[in-house]
Amino acid sequence: MARKSGRSKPKRPTKVVPARRPLWSGTLAFGLVTLPVDLYSSTRPARASLRMIAADGTPLRRRYVGQGSDTLLADRDIVRGYPVEDDSFVMVEDAELDALDPERSRVIDLESFVPYEDIDPSLIESSYVLVPDPDATTAYRLLVASMSDASRAGIATFVMRGTSYLIAILAHEGTLRALTMRYHDEVRSPTDVGLPDLETADVADVARVQKAMKKLSAKNLDTSQLVDRASERLRAAAEKKLAKGTDVHTVPADEVEPEADDGESVDIMALLRQSLGRGRAVEA
Amino acid sequence: MTVRAMWKGVVEFGSVSVPVKLYPAVENRSVSFRLLNRADGKPVRQVLVNPKTKAIVEHEDSERGFVTGAGELVSLDGSELESLEPEASRIIEVTAFLPPGSIEYRWYLHPYYLGPDGDDDAYFTLVAALGRDGLEGVARWVMRDKEYAGALRLHRGYPMLVTLRNAEELLPLDDLGPVREGDLDEKQLKMAKQLIAMLAADFEPEKYEDEYRESVLDLIERKKRGASVKKSKPRAKKATADLTSALEKSLSGSARG
Repeated sequence: MARKSGRSKPKRPTKVVPARRPLWSGTLAFGLVTLPVDLYSSTRPARASLRMIAADGTPLRRRYVGQGSDTLLADRDIVRGYPVEDDSFVMVEDAELDALDPERSRVIDLESFVPYEDIDPSLIESSYVLVPDPDATTAYRLLVASMSDASRAGIATFVMRGTSYLIAILAHEGTLRALTMRYHDEVRSPTDVGLPDLETADVADVARVQKAMKKLSAKNLDTSQLVDRASERLRAAAEKKLAKGTDVHTVPADEVEPEADDGESVDIMALLRQSLGRGRAVEA
Repeated sequence: MTVRAMWKGVVEFGSVSVPVKLYPAVENRSVSFRLLNRADGKPVRQVLVNPKTKAIVEHEDSERGFVTGAGELVSLDGSELESLEPEASRIIEVTAFLPPGSIEYRWYLHPYYLGPDGDDDAYFTLVAALGRDGLEGVARWVMRDKEYAGALRLHRGYPMLVTLRNAEELLPLDDLGPVREGDLDEKQLKMAKQLIAMLAADFEPEKYEDEYRESVLDLIERKKRGASVKKSKPRAKKATADLTSALEKSLSGSARG
């Protein structure tokens, strides 16, 4: 559920950065300093513009029904279960999962601060933005400033929705970001995979490959290389049909909003600007 | 234990060509749950619903629509979609090499090891060259009818392709810029920096074990036997009211080991 502050509209028009309700809500601890924060995803699913639609063009929503029933289930009608023998399941409530480790279900306690380069990309699972509660903005700004200055990421373990994560908190572009990481034993070792022992390579061959690498050297990531080409082709095909007026459907604008499928959607940037105080720490 | 290769390709750039096999590097060990209907304890079924009519639409009766603007969609049929699929290819084309740390963490998605596929010399040469400058390659390839972008780098001495997200998957977050000096108490900032320095360490992922996973499996076992289990109650979150005092106490190490 979005907090109250999320509902007031930002005064200046910004591009909306929609997200569902926070994926985790709890306390960030830095020494004895504690600040309540919400974690929002900073990514969205791929190919969000390609929707499943009804014959009349209305985008469809994904919902759940019980077995042998067509009655839609509400969130409160659904519970998580773990398969045990004979097609039976043990129901597990979120409050029971939290009770297994109440402390880490509520608190991300930054126990160490590590150099950025120590964070191996193969460990990274998902990325988030941290939004502070209104009474924690000073502590939030303090962390952004001191962590940027140190160029270090805070490391903790915490529990979110029945899973324990290793998490890194970084200051980036004036905000606190989070990366959940895989545990080291979830990334196989080269030996696990069965890769051969490394052998020495021919010096001249290596020099030749290095020369080819140098020719392609660039300073920064060219993000135009990372556009979803399949999505671009879909767009081109759709726009061609749009120009001809074939198979074009008009529906209420909020129905095509992919992130609003369930729950209330909130605008992360608006929340951050609101929380951090427009015109103070945040330059418009 | 070895892992079966999932795909074969050829890493290419300039005149360099290295045949490789791809291996999944991740072994997901978290407990996977199913969603159940609370009423009967049976797994739920996902359906598509027309929000206007509230009617369930069967998968085969649904169509695909591309959102071209606010409230505007253009439907594309199966053959149109098929004609847009990428051409099959074995080439993993490296288009750039970047200094380490150039790729923001948000891009990284999923790691795959590369192993040799018939030409060991070319493979070991690539490994040596990647290790020499610590550069990270940016590659594109088509695997099983799907286009991928990835970062080519060494992991524990071996080449790895970490797939990268599409640009559209990153939410466009504004740069809020550095925190303005006047917004912070100088003494507090100094102490915060000291506390970070005090907690500075190298990152050692091996130090962390997922003990929670075991307790989840244990909880399931206890529930299966019908034992009663604890539930946690929501507790109010609390922000530190006196930052200076909390920072001072943190630095002096009181109340904490």
